Amino acid sequence: MTLTILYFAWLRERIGLPRESVTTEAATVADLVAELRTREDRYALAFSDLRAVRVALDQQLSDFSAPLAGVREVAFFPPMTGG
Amino acid sequence: MAVRVQAEPFDYGAECAAFAAGAAGAGAVVTFLGLVRDNGGALRGMEIEHYPGMTQTALAAIETEARARWTLTEALILHRFGAMGPGEAIMMVATASPHRAEAFAAAEFLMDYLKSRAPFWKKEFGPLGEAWVEARDQDEAALARWQPGP
Repeated sequence: MTLTILYFAWLRERIGLPRESVTTEAATVADLVAELRTREDRYALAFSDLRAVRVALDQQLSDFSAPLAGVREVAFFPPMTGG
Repeated sequence: MAVRVQAEPFDYGAECAAFAAGAAGAGAVVTFLGLVRDNGGALRGMEIEHYPGMTQTALAAIETEARARWTLTEALILHRFGAMGPGEAIMMVATASPHRAEAFAAAEFLMDYLKSRAPFWKKEFGPLGEAWVEARDQDEAALARWQPGP
């Protein structure tokens, strides 16, 4: 499947892009993160501490154990600081 | 009921007056305004990034949850993104209810959820450079008192 992956705040800065299209067979978010980490150092660095990373699937907050079946858009970002 | 996400500055006084006019008959209106701190004069500015596709939906969900919990005749969430200077308005919430306690509680609920469930990220520009504002544990803890939440 092909996913659109979005990165925000320091994840965007560390990875160096706001979005990309990724073709993957990853079953869960955790599998996708594991795959991204092996790509390049900048991904490994961005995903080095998952306690500092949140994920949204198709614009709904989710978690790393969530399945990716049927998902089109995955977003990774730090804990939100609105208000 | 309204959710607005915009880069442009807003006029808090005018927004409050318009909200109160639209809430006539409610009995109680509570408004809250969030400003860019100046950190004792050390802050040069702030940049707020957001997730355009998700922001509106997340804010609308928070507002819907508030309306399910309290009797609100009107509610407004207005949040800016982009660049802003010290002292500038970042966001506001307003609630209108027949009862003051409900208007206060709903406004606090909206604020608590905005802090850690709406996809905004603040970056501060200071004398030592730029830094992303880190989420505080107490912001997450503040949600616990509203459980079960959205």
